[in-house]
Amino acid sequence: METSTGVTAKRARKQRRIPPPQFPIERHVLDNGLRVVLSPERGAGVVGIAVHYDVGFRSEPQGRTGFAHLFEHLMFQGSESLPKLEHFRLVQSSGGVFNGSTHFDYTDYYEVLPAAGLERGLFLEADRMRAPMITAENLANQVDVVSEEIRLNVLNRPYGGFPWILLPPVLFNSFANAHNGYGDFVDLKAATVADCAEFFDSYYTPANAVLTVCGDFDPGMALDLAGSHFADVPHRPAPVRPSFAEPGPSAVNRVVHHDELATAPALAVGWRLPDPADDLPGYLAHVLLGGVLSDGEASRLQEHVVTEGLATQAWAAPGLMGGPLESRDPDVFVLGAIHTPEHTADEVIDACTAQIDQVARSGPHPDELNRALIRFCSGLYRENDDIGTRTRSLGGLELLYGRAELLNELPAMLAEITPADVAGAARSLDPERCAVLEIRCGPDDQ
Amino acid sequence: MARTAAGRRRTVARTAEQIARTDIGPRPVPPLMKVRASRVPAAESAVLDNGLRVVAVRRPGAPLVEVRLRIPFGGRTELRAARAEVLAASAMLGTADRDRFQVDMALADLGAHLDTAVDPQRLLYSGSVLSNGLPDLLGLLTELLTSPAYRRRDVLGERDRLVEYLRLAKAQPGVVARMALQHRRFGDHPAAWEMPDAELVNTVGPAAVGGLHRRSVVPDGATLVLVGDLQPGKAVGLAAATLAGWAADHPATTLATPPPITGGPVQLVHRNGSVQSQVRLTAPAVGRGSPDYAALQIANLVFGGYFSSRLVENIREDKGYTYSAHSAIEFWPGTAAMTVSFDCATDATAAALLETRYELGRIALTAPGAAEVESARNYALGSLAISLATQAGYASTVSAIHGAGQDLQWLRDHPARLAAVTADEVAAVSAKYLAPSAFTGVVVGDRGAVEASLQRLGDVDPG
Repeated sequence: METSTGVTAKRARKQRRIPPPQFPIERHVLDNGLRVVLSPERGAGVVGIAVHYDVGFRSEPQGRTGFAHLFEHLMFQGSESLPKLEHFRLVQSSGGVFNGSTHFDYTDYYEVLPAAGLERGLFLEADRMRAPMITAENLANQVDVVSEEIRLNVLNRPYGGFPWILLPPVLFNSFANAHNGYGDFVDLKAATVADCAEFFDSYYTPANAVLTVCGDFDPGMALDLAGSHFADVPHRPAPVRPSFAEPGPSAVNRVVHHDELATAPALAVGWRLPDPADDLPGYLAHVLLGGVLSDGEASRLQEHVVTEGLATQAWAAPGLMGGPLESRDPDVFVLGAIHTPEHTADEVIDACTAQIDQVARSGPHPDELNRALIRFCSGLYRENDDIGTRTRSLGGLELLYGRAELLNELPAMLAEITPADVAGAARSLDPERCAVLEIRCGPDDQ
Repeated sequence: MARTAAGRRRTVARTAEQIARTDIGPRPVPPLMKVRASRVPAAESAVLDNGLRVVAVRRPGAPLVEVRLRIPFGGRTELRAARAEVLAASAMLGTADRDRFQVDMALADLGAHLDTAVDPQRLLYSGSVLSNGLPDLLGLLTELLTSPAYRRRDVLGERDRLVEYLRLAKAQPGVVARMALQHRRFGDHPAAWEMPDAELVNTVGPAAVGGLHRRSVVPDGATLVLVGDLQPGKAVGLAAATLAGWAADHPATTLATPPPITGGPVQLVHRNGSVQSQVRLTAPAVGRGSPDYAALQIANLVFGGYFSSRLVENIREDKGYTYSAHSAIEFWPGTAAMTVSFDCATDATAAALLETRYELGRIALTAPGAAEVESARNYALGSLAISLATQAGYASTVSAIHGAGQDLQWLRDHPARLAAVTADEVAAVSAKYLAPSAFTGVVVGDRGAVEASLQRLGDVDPG
């Protein structure tokens, strides 16, 4: 077994011809504790600016579900320097686009602007990090907007919140890991201006944030500009981040959810992943396992589960928010499927876990693993060709793992992963210890 | 030590008012910086003997090439639209020499992906490849075009999945609203058949799909766009040599021009138990070739085309009726339309429609201010630059522009056209294209919850 793995791994490596990405990365820390990552690309014509704050759903107190996301909305509502709506107007009248997003462990704010807007973008982020204007009127208005967002994305849509809201409470026990990050309407309505002030003072400190600037600029000038605008934000200590660790499931936790708008049953199975901070190769083996299982027409779930007619879609990959390396430990490997009513959820799960078991016993073929590697890497390049995406990737990796360079390093690290490593990842997906979420169509008859 | 220092610094809790105030007071907004104008990327274009236009643009960055093959794909019957959907779902599933898995494995080995999508106007082969794999990808693409397999088992499998998908999609309120809008503005014209009937799709077999491919997947009138880490001249030559064998004795079929949109009441479409309503309004507009287009693009932005627009500031930021509202210009051969869209809470439906009509009336009757026009102009210029800053965005933009009968020169000249638009021109096109009387549309929602208030507002067809 060991010998053959060694030989095949070497053979597979010879086929790989993936040029590594070479995004330049400079790192600085300002006196107020703000970490700065610069990644210039001359000639791009545009710049991306992102600020990642080290706070997400997991830091919300009980009774305040959805607060981190609600607060993200409030950071767009004006400041000491800018009246309400002026933030949007300034970005857009400079020719730029903007957004923010809230995740399990972080909240990010970003804009992409024509290169001439660099200083203005830095000013805008420094301005709201220094003195946002949080009023009762804006809070009430944004509670309404967020409520509409939840109706749009969750309540009025088939498979709303599947699986990112619905699976965590099946897999996790602690409030921090299990609760709904979009929040309960009751909790949203209960939020006060005083809650907002406390949240801002605790978590939105320069020492708890990463500024990332990417694109068409001179790094020396960008650092000077970042220094001059952000030095004007006084230091406050970063909060001590609690551990969100909890034991993994010791049995199968199973929940059935009734979705009145769904037209076909669906399921998700969740397993705990290795902590990427301690065991990045182990985590990355799961990334390639996901590729072997479900990336492409010739992938195992596609060939043996979808083409066989058990499911209309099936996927397997690390991460609840659409990609790997988007949260700290504990993170989740998700197997998902939308299936035909002629088959039970257990039949579909059994068909999928039989494929996982096959990989666990024999490993992927080296060519199959190589294809998963090339696919993942070319997808990574394609996504990060976009300066907005690249800015957010670099900032997220820096915030979560202290290593923006991972974006350059991932292809080589993934290329080191052997069929035996992927077999090991498959063995860690124990069908006796996992979370199972079933979505059934129609109302709950109970 | 650091922790002790931080601990000592712990401050007394501040109020929101204290957070929003500093000793210095408001800081000035910095001006935009002076930057060099960015270079126009090198490009080559040629029409091959078989009628296929090839456009190659050098945009190094990621070691990839983006590929878009756009084939005009107009039809005349709904059955044909159903066949086109099955064709698009199964066009990648093998060739005479390769089964579906071998096609997928060949793509993976090249670091490539390739997908097909169809709408009433065009069939699109869209993908990307590691740049060193471009020759092999073009070879595989040619194989897929000239000898697709459409094996019975594969086609029927995809058809069944498509039927499931269509049933699922038609439960989505956004899809229901889109279909109702298309029907409202175009009646039974083929432009309205964006999502064919699942039962009709269920009747499509492999022979019909293969026949449609032979008749309609043809090079004359199609455009192949290649953008990325390539040498344009070499890439055009490579495409010419590789795709020369793709031939037909007739050109691709352009969709017939849809009928003109006439203003009128909005139609209420019932959706049981809906917790939100979907509002979609439409009016006639003009395409990219029109002298009014650049000014209309700016007028659309001022009204509802971006976040800082009047519509979003009114019904989202001021009133909280909606999470997002948007207006856009859509294109078909020989015509174009304004589309205004938002989803809102059921009990705010009539009020949100009232505010939308008010904003349409306001922009059609009173000239937008100079600052509004300037902001929209900068946004139009900046978002064009941003969309062209990625290989994928550049390729999609160039492909769409060629599909609408324009070329790279149009794209190069467009910033100058936007820069030249005057506030008077924006006022004139607003009066012409954004008047509430020009609009019709649909409201999809729970009749019991929204009908009475909509009737009070008026100009509503209860459906």
